[in-house]
Parts: sequence; structure tokens; C-alpha cells
Amino acid sequence: MTEIFGLLMDGFGVALQPLNLALIVFGCAAGLFIGAMPGLGSVNGVAILLPLTYLVPPTGAIIFLAALYYGAMYGGAISSIMLGIPGASTAVATTFDGRPLAKKGLADKALTAAAVASFVGGTISVILFTLAAPPLAHVALVFGDPEEFALMMLAFATFVGLGGDDIAKTIFSICIGLVLAAVGFDTVSGEPRLVFFDITNFMDGIKFLVLAIGIYGIGEMLWTIEENRRAGGVSQLSEATVTWKRTVANIRGLLATWKTMLMGSVLGYFVGILPAAGATPGSLMAYGFAKQMSKEPDSFGKGNVEGVVAPEAANNAASTGSMLPMLTLGIPGSPTTAILLGGMVLWGLEPGPRLFTEQPEFVWGLIASLYAANVVALILNVAFIPLFIWVLKLPFTLLAPVIFVLCLVGGYAPNQSMYDVWLMLLFGVVGYLMRKLDYPLAPAVLAVVLGPLAERALRQSLLISGGEVSIFFTRAYSGPIMVVAIILLLLPLGLMLRRRLRGVQADSQ
Amino acid sequence: MNAKMMSAMLLTTTGLIATPALAEWKPAKPIEFVVMAGKGGGADKAVRYMQGIIAEEKLGPTVTPVNKAGGSGAVALNYMKGKKGDNHTIMFTLNSFYTTPLRQPKLGVNIETFTPIMRMAEDTFCLWVNKKRNDGKEIKTVDEFVAAAKAAGSKWIMAGTGKNSEDNLLTDFLNTAYGLKMKYVPYKGGGKVAKQLAGNNADSTVNNPSEQEGFYKAGATRPLACFTDKRLALFPDAPTFKEIGKDFVYYMQRTVVGAPGMSADAAKYYNTLFSKVFNSKKWQSYRTKKALQGDPLAGGKLMAYWKKERSVHEAMLKKMGAIK
Repeated sequence: MTEIFGLLMDGFGVALQPLNLALIVFGCAAGLFIGAMPGLGSVNGVAILLPLTYLVPPTGAIIFLAALYYGAMYGGAISSIMLGIPGASTAVATTFDGRPLAKKGLADKALTAAAVASFVGGTISVILFTLAAPPLAHVALVFGDPEEFALMMLAFATFVGLGGDDIAKTIFSICIGLVLAAVGFDTVSGEPRLVFFDITNFMDGIKFLVLAIGIYGIGEMLWTIEENRRAGGVSQLSEATVTWKRTVANIRGLLATWKTMLMGSVLGYFVGILPAAGATPGSLMAYGFAKQMSKEPDSFGKGNVEGVVAPEAANNAASTGSMLPMLTLGIPGSPTTAILLGGMVLWGLEPGPRLFTEQPEFVWGLIASLYAANVVALILNVAFIPLFIWVLKLPFTLLAPVIFVLCLVGGYAPNQSMYDVWLMLLFGVVGYLMRKLDYPLAPAVLAVVLGPLAERALRQSLLISGGEVSIFFTRAYSGPIMVVAIILLLLPLGLMLRRRLRGVQADSQ
Repeated sequence: MNAKMMSAMLLTTTGLIATPALAEWKPAKPIEFVVMAGKGGGADKAVRYMQGIIAEEKLGPTVTPVNKAGGSGAVALNYMKGKKGDNHTIMFTLNSFYTTPLRQPKLGVNIETFTPIMRMAEDTFCLWVNKKRNDGKEIKTVDEFVAAAKAAGSKWIMAGTGKNSEDNLLTDFLNTAYGLKMKYVPYKGGGKVAKQLAGNNADSTVNNPSEQEGFYKAGATRPLACFTDKRLALFPDAPTFKEIGKDFVYYMQRTVVGAPGMSADAAKYYNTLFSKVFNSKKWQSYRTKKALQGDPLAGGKLMAYWKKERSVHEAMLKKMGAIK
């Protein structure tokens, strides 16, 4: 313990050198901006700015990129909350409740919640990282396909097993998502699937962000236009204001959500550690769990602050978590860390099991800088809230075209393809119609993200076991997870039966 | 602002543009460097390494790696096919460059239309096992491996990088040569495959040295033998399959290829650029560290090599029953 503390203090000695501190501030600010731009997320940011890092020593370079990664996690929430356009795939879950809060005039509350939850998630995960990197790396290593599949089942279960929502509609929505996720090349057999009308672009599959920007960005805009017309004229998106008094009250109010923050942080961290998962599934799963744990699950999706806290704590925690397999195993836990990994090789470092002993200055400098980056990003984010609120006060007639253009840019930017833009517009209309017909959208979005991961894990597991389903229940880690998932799936059915039975009894009396 | 604009801005702010000495044509925007595999695998690492060499030694403009994983390279090939006549798109390719178009004639990809630029290396393959297996068995030689795999039958898991990929071909070879029934399970990328072995979720792999390097150095995994002509300097104790009586040598090309229909001037430019990369100290030391082999090949020689390799692979796939 004292040894770790000593190493961490040495790390702070590195992180707080003037150049490195400046890199942290610059990295966080750049990340905040990139994260807030729809379509651009931490992956793009890190990839674009990687060549810049050849100008500084390796430790400074990784500190800069890690700060950027963090900043982007904070920034993604901004456009999700303000405009209803997911700023990055990691912030899609934040739109579910962040946007309704903003419409209620509570944008400042949502933004503060996002910033504070990100800070808490980031900090808790760095503490976990500091204390237990090597044993956790071992868990990540033995976590195989059956475990991954069990985890995915758990995520689906949290979305199906929600009281309140229409279960049949939820399952239908999940199925639509799974079908969309199946489009493109099948990794296990290598065959193309669901290539509609022989449009070769479908071979690449449907990108999650394109779907999310369509459904939430465009769909939301159409929805608001309709509401506006009904209200009869020029209105603004939100009556939000921000004052010191309100901010202090908001932060105080967040203390009540500590359980959700803790859950989101720990869950996000563990999902982040697993190679292949990363921050997007982590944040969606945290949202599902928060709803499941809540005493009033019906208020989720309608502006419950816990619905912002959970995914925001989780996505920051996951971004730290995904650095663990990168540093200790040389395997990226997320697309962003894959690029960081490339950078490390180039700087002459060898990520892998020996990095901790051979390059303690680098590793501990990075860990210490994560603590510092959290503080810097929190300050920057809270300081900018008044500016964001000002944007929200613009009349909607001005804002609507801006949202539309941002959606187009967001759909085009990741792959520079018009095909994605058309697809996004189509999803916008479909999303709008689904909302009118009262179908829940979040389960479809979840299915698109987790579907491919779950399918691959399922098929690989069954290949290994020769078709025996027992493989999911007989292994040390997957067994318990699978059992919990099945209980969660059956829970609503049990509750429904009990309600029916009681109803029958009440009638007969 | 999109990614391209951002990189363009960076270009101007950092002054990374270096003018090539003689070539008439030069890139007008950042070069898109397509990787035929997922992030974190051997090919991806090599591309990002070359990107770094080009940036650091100011050999050319910004290079943006773009990962097009999936379908054993089909996604990437399809993408390149769509970039016909584009002078700013190049790809780093593997042996799936031959096998995928053979297996999926529907793609309509003819590799002879692609522009040969330069073969940067040939990667090697070795047979790997975990040093501390769950069943406690210690496997140190190919003989011990064969005995254990025979006893396990189809319960022996061989992890690899996709159906009918290089790893699949090698697994098939081992199954035939030693009368084994190992089960092949495909994963996305060599990094993930290496992890399956290190975590004892697979019994063996045929990873490239670079993919297992970290685990090997940490003492977790062991190479039993390599599919090479000579022993690798990195693993002096691992024999070649030739030495132990199975004449099977297999390499994977690591080659830079240009979009179909690229202009001759552009091809010449890239040729010069990648010769410089090849001859740089960093690439040479990378080759040594990662046990990469193979001389640089370019132009017509490279095309001839492709045609030869394609017919070799066609024969192998036919033998496997993957194609008719």
C-alpha cells in the first residue's frame, strides 16, 4: 500500500510539471470541444491529434491524449443535453433523460449533474485503477466469450425487465435493433448479411452513431417542430437560467444520487476493462441498471436526473477502465485506446505485462495525470454552463436549422459518406414515427450496440462447447452473471402474474 | 468541422508538409491509409508505426489510418474498389488480399486492378501454447502438443483471426499433417486471439510473433515451432516445422497497395515515399524486433508476386474445401 502511495506521489511529481499541467488543460479543453461536436468523439479527437504528440516526450504525449479522452467524455454530454443530438456514441444514453430535463427548463441541472457525475466516475475509477491494476488485469484476461455473453444478457435483461414500459413494445424495439445490428459482414462466417437492394454500403453495416443521431437528433427536432406549431408560434427550447444559487442547490441535490453514481462508476469501470466493450455499452448498461434500481422507474426517460448521472459516471469510468488492458496486456479496451496503443508503440514504449515494472515513471505519471485531468475538466465544464444555457435561449426558429446542420455534419463526419447521411435522415423519420406510436427508442439503440457483441460471444461460446448451452452456467464468472440476468428477465413476468392473481382475488371477494 | 478539415488545419499549424524531392505529383490532402483489419492487431500497429515514421521524419503529408475490419478483409476491399481512381487512398494489406476475393466472387474485386506500391515485409507465424495451462499439462515441444491435442480431440480449441483466414489455413495444415481434430474458433483481430491464449480460453494459436510478444516476454506463452525457412532470432529454441519433418513454410505479406486506377505519377510518389520508410532506421529496427522477413518488392515484381501467391492460396483453399 505504502509502495503504491509512494509511486503515485512520484507520478504527481511528473503530472504537475508545468509542461504536463499545460498539456492537461489544453487536452481537456480540446476534448470538451471535440466531444460536444456531434459525430466527433474521443476516437476522432485522439486520432486527429496523435501526430501532434511527436513534439513532446512520451509521458507528456500520453498525458495530453488521456486528458483529451477525458474531456471528450465530459463534452459529449453537452450537445446531448442541450440539443438532443448525441455528441458522441458514449453520450447517447445521456440524451434519454438529459434532453427532457433541458426541455423542462432544468438544463443547468442536467449539465451540472453530467459534470459532477463524470468527475465522480472518473475519480472512483482512477482510485480503483491505482489500487488494483494487476489483479484486475488478470480478470480481464480470463474473461472469455461465455462471460462476455452473460454480461450482454444482463444488459438486455435490465432493459426488458423494466416496470412501467409496455413489455411487448420493448421487446419489439429490441428486435428491430437486433435486425439492424445484423446488417453487414458476419465476423464468424465471413458472409455478407442483409445487404438490401444490393447496395454495397450495407456490407459495412449500420453505424451506431448514424442511427443515434437520426433517431435522437432529427427525430427530436421533428417532434419539437410539431409541439411548437401546436403551441402556436415562436418559442424557445427552454426557460433555463443559471445562477450561483441554483448551481449550489443543484450540486447539493446531486448528493442524493450517490448510490447511482457509485453504481455507474463501478459498473462502467468493469465494462471498460473488458476488451471489446468500452464506454458506449458501459454507459447504456449503467442507464438500464439505474432504472432497475430506482424506486420510480416510470420517471426515467421523462427527465430523471439519475438517468443523466448513471451513464455519465459510467462513460468516464469506462474510459479509465479501458486503459487497464491497454497498459497491462497491450490490448485496447475501446477504439480510442487502440489508437493510444499505436501511439505508445511509436514513442518506443512496449505496452504489456512488463510496462508497470519497466516504465514506472510513464505509468504512474499517466495515472496521476488522470486525477488532475478530472479536476481540470470539472472546472472547465462548470465554468462554461452559462454559455451553453445562453445558446438554449435562442428562439427555436433559429436553433432548428442549426440542429439540422449539426446532425448532417455529425452523420457525415465519422466516415465521410453520404450513404450515412441518407440513412440518418431515414432513421430520423422512423424515430419520430416510433415516438408518435409510443414505442420506446432506448431498447432499440441498446440492441444495435450490444447485438453484434452478444452475437459474436454467443456463437464463439457455442463453437467452443460444441453446442452445449451449459458452458454459460458451469464457468466461475459467467454462471452467476447468467443467473442474475435470467432472474431479471423473469422478474417482470412474476410481478405481472402476482398482480393478476391479486386482481382475481380482489374480484372474487 | 469534420475530421479532414481538422487534419488540414493541423497540417498548416504544425508545418508537417514536406515537399518530395523529385516526384512531380504530390498529395493535395491527407492520405487515407486503410487497414484491412481491426484496431490493435499486427497490421494496425504497423500502419500506425509507419504513420509515425512519416510524420516524425517529415517524409510526407499527414497520414490518417482508417480501419475497415470485418468479413476477413471484404469490407476493406469493397471500400477500396469504391475508391477507383483516387490518388489519396492507399491500403495496408495481408494475405486476405488473395483469399477473400477468391472466396467471395460476388464482391467483384480483381486484385490485378489494384496499384502495387511496396511490400514492406513478410510476417511470420509460430505455433503458440500457454505455459500454465488450466489442466496443469506442460507442453514444451510439438510432439507433446500433438499428443495433448490428439487426446483432447475436438475439445482442443485453436483461436484464430476469422474464418478461412491465414490462421485457418495453418490450423487446417496442422490438423491434416498430424491427424488432429482441433476446433477452430474465429475472433476479430490477432490481439484478441493472443489474449484468448494468455487467458487460457484457447489451447493454442498460430499468432505472429508481434501479437504474442508481450505475453511471451512476460513468461505467459511459449512458441513451439515456426512456419519459417530458418529459426527466428527472437526464439532460438523454437525449431522450424521443416526441421521436424513437415515441409510447410508460410508467410504473410505486409504490403502497401494503392486504389485501383491510381495515376502513374501518384504511384511513383508513393513508391518513393515507402522506399524512404522502408530504409528508415525505425522501420529496420521494427522489422528486427517483430521478426519480420522479406525484401522490398515494387511495381511489376510485386504484381507478379501477387499472382503467384494467389494461385498458391487458390490451391490451398480448394484443398480445404472452402472454394470449388
